This record gives sequence, structure tokens and C-alpha cells, in this order.
Amino acid sequence: MKFPQPFGARLLYGLILVLGIIWIKVSAVPANTLKNESIPSPQTGFSAPDFTLKTLEGKSITLSDLRGKAVLVNIWASWCPPCRAEMPDIQKAYQTYQSKGFIVLAVDSTFQDKLPDAAAFVEELQLSFPILVDDRGLVTKLYRVQSLPSSFFIGPDGIIKEVVIGGPMADALLISRIENLIKDIP
Amino acid sequence: MLPILQIGPLALPLPALSIILAFWVGLSITEKLSPSRGLSAETMYNLAFTGLLTGLLGARLGYVFLYPKAFIQSPLSFFSLNPGLLDTSTGVVFMLLGVLIFGQLAKLPLLKTLDTLTPFLAILSIGLAISHIASGEAFGSITSLPWGIDLWGARRHPTQIYELFSSILILVVISIKFEEKSNHGTQFFLFWALMAADRLFFEAFRGDSLTIAGGLRSVQIIAWIVLFLALFILDKIQPKLKKNKREQDGQNSDQRPKS
Repeated sequence: MKFPQPFGARLLYGLILVLGIIWIKVSAVPANTLKNESIPSPQTGFSAPDFTLKTLEGKSITLSDLRGKAVLVNIWASWCPPCRAEMPDIQKAYQTYQSKGFIVLAVDSTFQDKLPDAAAFVEELQLSFPILVDDRGLVTKLYRVQSLPSSFFIGPDGIIKEVVIGGPMADALLISRIENLIKDIP
Repeated sequence: MLPILQIGPLALPLPALSIILAFWVGLSITEKLSPSRGLSAETMYNLAFTGLLTGLLGARLGYVFLYPKAFIQSPLSFFSLNPGLLDTSTGVVFMLLGVLIFGQLAKLPLLKTLDTLTPFLAILSIGLAISHIASGEAFGSITSLPWGIDLWGARRHPTQIYELFSSILILVVISIKFEEKSNHGTQFFLFWALMAADRLFFEAFRGDSLTIAGGLRSVQIIAWIVLFLALFILDKIQPKLKKNKREQDGQNSDQRPKS
């Protein structure tokens, strides 16, 4: 095949570039476009889907009540080795950053776990953040969890800033993501 | 969308796997193409791996530079296999530096080498498109068109599918064998021109574009600049073709027996 020759090529190149400029202008995002931040979906850049669950102690916690705080929603199960492996680091990070507005909601995927096993694990590691019981799998389904653990880093504005599927998360990953979240706290 | 393929206790991250697979396929093709272009397959293999290793090292160093506090608290995290601890832009700079230094040391001809690497880059872009299908990233804007897909709480343009088809088409186009007289670098810069044109066009259907003043999409502006540069270089390369042809025609007429 013959490559376009100079004169015809220059004309073609010029036309492509002019059309490119027109296309950039035509395809600009309209001001009235529905923003991702207003759509609840378990993906980075979207509003974190709201939920209410009970803790192991029976206290109700609603995610949207935590607006203004940096939240880590960690979905786990006691039988899952990477979930168990990352929990001590999450506890350590919680102790370090709790005073700066960071909170952990550890959602036990109870519908695929045994509550006594989860409670024993919490006791063993002396976890001090709220452990939520997802006994009907509502949050696990709402957040489209396909693998445990799954972690959702949510900013003070209620927007998901990062999704980490699988684990265990490296300590530095956890710290850097939390540092990113808390700097947005007014 | 299938970010994780669960096989028993094994959780396979499909987005990362598709990129690794594309890297392997691309590298195998480069190894096969190299001898026909007068380059050593082993050198090209080493070049690709140097790029990969310096890229990964740079990406990790860049991340450490961005979040030093995290690594002071946990120094061993430097060696973590977690891809979340990588800074892409620093990685790209280090990769380019690594490849350039290796190329200089191995005395590789620049344009010929870039042409040989072009199918590798095209296959990597197909791998990236597949990884976007698996992860649901690079998603489209909201649409009511019949081929829209339900993703992230709305019916959206299937931009990941557009990306896959256009990447395959680009691979087909750059695989067309241009006349042997085409100058070195044509295949490489044609690839970048096509990639830039592709991003310029399809970015318009994305639902995650970063915008600047007036809602203009920043990726489109960068793509236009890349397109301009690639076309400019293609234009600069091609007149030589005409000149070369004239010179060759001249040589042929000199060699013709005089009657």
C-alpha cells in the first residue's frame, strides 16, 4: 500500500486538525450534565451508596450520618485470609487517625460468614472501630462486592475516592489513602 | 464487568491479567519481527524488559516521593507488590529514560527500533481496553441510544467496547505493509497519529473526562497536540521519500545503457 504523498497528505492532515478543533468544541461537556457525584454507585468519583446496619452491639449506624468525616468501608469475612491479614493495619491506622476525623466501618459479610466466628476474630484483635453486621448481604450486594476484602475510601463529601478490591492492603497504601482523605476535612 | 475472576480460593484480577497477557503477546511478536528488520530479537527483548523494570521502579519511587510519611511509617511497603503504590507519570518518565539509555548503549537505530516496537504498543493498547472492560473504568457518558449499557447507576455509552474495536482497527492499519521505500519512523508516528485521533474522537463519549474552562475535555486537547506533532513528523518524513525516489530514479537512469 502506498503512503499518502506530501501534497495530498498535507491537505488531509490540515483537514483532520481543523475537524479536531471543531470536535473538541462541539463535544465539550454541557454545564447541565448530570454529575457522577450525584449518582450513588460503588465506583471512584460517585456518591457512596447509603446504608444503615447494626453493629455487633446492636447500635444502628448510617453511612450518610458520617458526612464530614473520612470513612473507610471495609467489607470482610472471618474466613477470608487476606481480610484477617489486613485488619491489624486497619486497626493501627484507625488509632492513629481517629482524632483527625477518620472512621472505619468494617462490614462483616455475615450472610456468608458465621457471626460467632466474626465476633471471636474482633475480640482476638481487639478491634475498636464499629463492626457492622450485614446478615442479609444488602451492603455486599449494594457495593457489588465480588471479592473479599473490598475497601471503599470515602471522602468527607460522601464521594468514593478510591476502591481497593482484594487484599491485604499494604500499610503504606492504607496510610497514603487516609492522608489523602483527611486533608479534605474542613 | 468482571474485575475479579474467582476460581475456588484463587482471586484473579482480570484487569491486571489482561495487561500482562498483552505485554507477553506484544513482546513475542516484537521478537519475531526483529530479525526481519535487522534487529536482534534478544536486544529488543532486553529493551522491553529494561523499560518495564525502570518504569516500575520509577513509579514506586514517584509514589514514595509523593507520600514519604507513609513509607517512613512502613519502610517495607517499598517492596510491596501492590499496584496501588505506583505513580504512573513518574513511571512513564523513568521507563522512557531507561529505554533511551539502553538504546544508546546498545547502539540501536532510533526510528527503526520505534517501528519494530509499534505492534507491541498497539497490542498493549488492546490489553488496556480489555482491562477497562473488566474493571468498568473509562466508562461512558449517559445515553439513551439502544446500544447503551447499564453501568454505574445509569445507561451509558459502551466506551470500553469502542476503545477495544478502535484499538484492534489501529493494529490492523499499522500492520499494513507500506512500500519498502517508506522511511523509518512512519509506522511509529502513524500509530501515534491514529491513537491521538482515536482519543480525540471517543473521549467525547466518556463520562469521566476531566474538564477545563467551558467544559472542554483536557484529554482531547492533549490528544490534539499529540496528533499535530505526529502528523507534523509524518509530513517531515515523507518528503524524503520523494527525494529518495528521485535520487534512485536518477541512479537508475545513470545505470541505463546509453544507446
